[in-house]
Amino acid sequence: MIEAPSTLPTGGARLPRGQALRRGLAANPLLVAGGLLSALIVLMALLAPLLAPFPGDAGSATHPFLVLRPPSAQHWFGTDNVGRDVYSRVLYGARISPLIAVVVLAISCAVGIPLGVAAGYFGGWLDEVIMRVTDIFLAFPPLLLALALAAVLPASITTVIIVIALTWWPWYTRLIRGQAASVAGRPYIDGCRALGISRRRIIFRHILPNSITPLIIQVSLDVGGVILTVSALSFLGLGAQDPTPDWGLMVAEGQNYFLTSWWVVTFPGIAILVTAFAFTLLGDGLRDLMDPKRIFLR
Amino acid sequence: MRLRITGLQVRFGERRVVDLAELAIAEAEIVGLAGESGSGKSMTTLAVLGLAHTVGARVDGSVRLDGAELTGLSQREMREVRGRRIAAIFQSPALAFSPVFRVGSVVHRALRLHGMTRTEAAAAAQRAMRQVLLPPALLDRYPSQLSGGQLQRVAIALALALRAEVLLADEPTSALDVTVQAEVLELLRDLRDREGMSVLFISHDLAVVAELCDRVAIMQDGRIVEQGPTSRVVTAPASSYTAELLAAVPRLGAGGGR
Amino acid sequence: MTPLPERGDRAVTPLLEITDLTVRFGPVRAVDGVSLRLAGGPFGLGLVGESGSGKSTIGRAVLRLVPTAGGHIRFEGKDVAALRGPALAGYRRAAQIVFQDPDNSLDPRIRVGASVAEPLIAHRIVARQLAAGRACELLAEVGLGPEFAGRYPHQLSGGQRQRVAIARALGVQPRLLVLDEPTSALDVKAQARILALIARLRADRNLAYLLITHNLGIVSELCEQTAVLYLGRVVESGATSELLSAPAHPYTRALRSAVPEIDVAARSARVVLPGEPPDATSPPPGCVFHPRCPLAVDRCATEVPALRTVRPARLVACHRAEEVLAEESTGAGQALGPSRPAGRPGWPPRVSRRPGPAPAGSGDAPRR
Repeated sequence: MIEAPSTLPTGGARLPRGQALRRGLAANPLLVAGGLLSALIVLMALLAPLLAPFPGDAGSATHPFLVLRPPSAQHWFGTDNVGRDVYSRVLYGARISPLIAVVVLAISCAVGIPLGVAAGYFGGWLDEVIMRVTDIFLAFPPLLLALALAAVLPASITTVIIVIALTWWPWYTRLIRGQAASVAGRPYIDGCRALGISRRRIIFRHILPNSITPLIIQVSLDVGGVILTVSALSFLGLGAQDPTPDWGLMVAEGQNYFLTSWWVVTFPGIAILVTAFAFTLLGDGLRDLMDPKRIFLR
Repeated sequence: MRLRITGLQVRFGERRVVDLAELAIAEAEIVGLAGESGSGKSMTTLAVLGLAHTVGARVDGSVRLDGAELTGLSQREMREVRGRRIAAIFQSPALAFSPVFRVGSVVHRALRLHGMTRTEAAAAAQRAMRQVLLPPALLDRYPSQLSGGQLQRVAIALALALRAEVLLADEPTSALDVTVQAEVLELLRDLRDREGMSVLFISHDLAVVAELCDRVAIMQDGRIVEQGPTSRVVTAPASSYTAELLAAVPRLGAGGGR
Repeated sequence: MTPLPERGDRAVTPLLEITDLTVRFGPVRAVDGVSLRLAGGPFGLGLVGESGSGKSTIGRAVLRLVPTAGGHIRFEGKDVAALRGPALAGYRRAAQIVFQDPDNSLDPRIRVGASVAEPLIAHRIVARQLAAGRACELLAEVGLGPEFAGRYPHQLSGGQRQRVAIARALGVQPRLLVLDEPTSALDVKAQARILALIARLRADRNLAYLLITHNLGIVSELCEQTAVLYLGRVVESGATSELLSAPAHPYTRALRSAVPEIDVAARSARVVLPGEPPDATSPPPGCVFHPRCPLAVDRCATEVPALRTVRPARLVACHRAEEVLAEESTGAGQALGPSRPAGRPGWPPRVSRRPGPAPAGSGDAPRR
């Protein structure tokens, strides 16, 4: 194969921690941008009570005389169909939608990764069993499952989390299994076995770190996806209920007024967009950071 | 001299990876370009083919084929030259053939692209396969059904069918078993003797170069440190680097362990 | 059975003894009844063959990296497959392997020093705090300075990575080292450095090694004994120098003649083997080599040649071994019989009938 010669600097001593960190960050604009943006969103969520001009609007307050006002100096994002300040609700919404997404993805990873690694590394019948179970869960469309569960469980955020996590973990299992299987076949794993290194050490020190990168990217992309799925379920009335300022719910509720009062839908929509974007950037940056080929020494 | 390379420089930004003062190949001659990995041998191939820009390199200097200058030509003009007048084979023959097409269809398409009619192409392909001592029926197979040695020979057959004047062979036998390598080398000698082809044989394996090539050039860090008839360079190297490379080649006759 | 060198008046007890080893991958017999013996260090056994010969599989079977379908592998008298617990851990330290592909033999996410230190920590050979220092010592032993410890594998050249892999294997103080094509992916100078390193380690550490390669050139420098493999079987074995100077099997002769030589004088007539190594899923009947053999006669297609002694300490599996040997001593490197054009389909072959050994001079003129 003809390849361009590597242009990476090779050799050289290690820099002091601080300098290396600064260099690493400077070389990694995605990580910086994504990190800052995500931090901003987290900050918004934490400081919502302080930043929101009408904190009560995030709850069950209604203002019949302020219904559907366009953006103004008083209400930066306008008001919704019961007179609540959209800006305050968007701020408080940062506590809900992203949190749901994080919890859902955390559960999916906690279930999906061990199953995927086990299936990929051990192969054989364990692999078959795990993959068939995975296939069964993959076959459930989230909405159908949600409707089924709505018959037995009360509509709430918890229900939504359970439902989405149940349908989300199989994707991660599949993803990791493929990677783990590929890594397990490489000579250095054979070398570890020949050296008598324990299975546990091989899995945690070698298989897992080398398989996880595609998952990180996938998870960061999925933040936006989960938020949208939550809003779909909210739209069906199966998730967060009014007056919870869930962004998805706000979009769903504001649909009817879109043509006349665009601000009710647009601002929560932008919030979803920005959050998804922030986490995607963060994921890309993390992936680059974890790639040893981009380590800078001197 | 059929192919004459003068003052060829290939750069990646500020870094110069090839700095060839002079290299020429005559008709019916096999010239070897030997050196360690990273010495710039492969980049030279790319530069001659006008493909150096695909890896982000810049090329200066002159490459003349039968007197005509190649370096200034547009991509469209170079496409006429590539394959038709200068053919190339590489270390991994599987890379030359897309795995979803039968080997024969790749050969046919290349021949048609260079102006042959369907019947001409079919006939030329069959003839070339026989010249490389492969049954023409193998053209109907997929690359995965052929061995490395067979694929390499099909690649050579393509060069033959196009009646290329020059063959650039970049480590063509490094990935092959030694007995299969012997067959391919024999084939290259045949090409030189029967078709009068000019071959540039690039390899890090000095023993192969010494056996096969009429003249040899030793490359180090992009420069040619020594050039001349093989017998002379191998027995009386003028450069200490050449002597080092020669000393590093394991010899069959040396002892049976201690 | 590869004959062992005699030391003093008694035969040396083998360090490694492989008896009738069979390894199957599905329907394919990658290794088919191979028997080898390796003496204790310093000693080198070369395992030579091309793709499909099963040589790498044998190396991996010795390290218990592939399941075996038959035969035994005994290390210091004990059956390797039966080892458990502390005995197995002991074996894992006594026998090590270095792989062919320097690109994938080290974990790309772990620094070189940590990779070398890992087995030391896992086997508790040194305390964790001292492991890094010991790793640097091992790197020095393979010729790499301490600055390499902090680097990642992709920052090293192929030859350097191969040396790191060797350092990693040496940390557990192995008595047996399996080297699977250690130089195939390297260029000539890196190759020479690795070979010199192996020679030095052999002397310094009293190492015994199984050198797996397709390159006859390197076994001649490093191995006292060599076995030649074809399609999972041993076709010839014996003392390396004798095997190379006077091969008794047509395949060995073809292999040797195919090795390019710089010295014009050392070149032998090229024996060009027709066709390709046969498909392992349907091996030819009788002698597996007969479709490509320039000496094949009717008998070769029906009767499997047994591995027998033709000379002191030389085993060959060929019906016409004596004739091959005789030819070697008469005309240096004359191809027996007309050399076949390359490219005939390997199997089924057209078997030529020959009344007996061709008298010297009736074949083609030497190629070089």
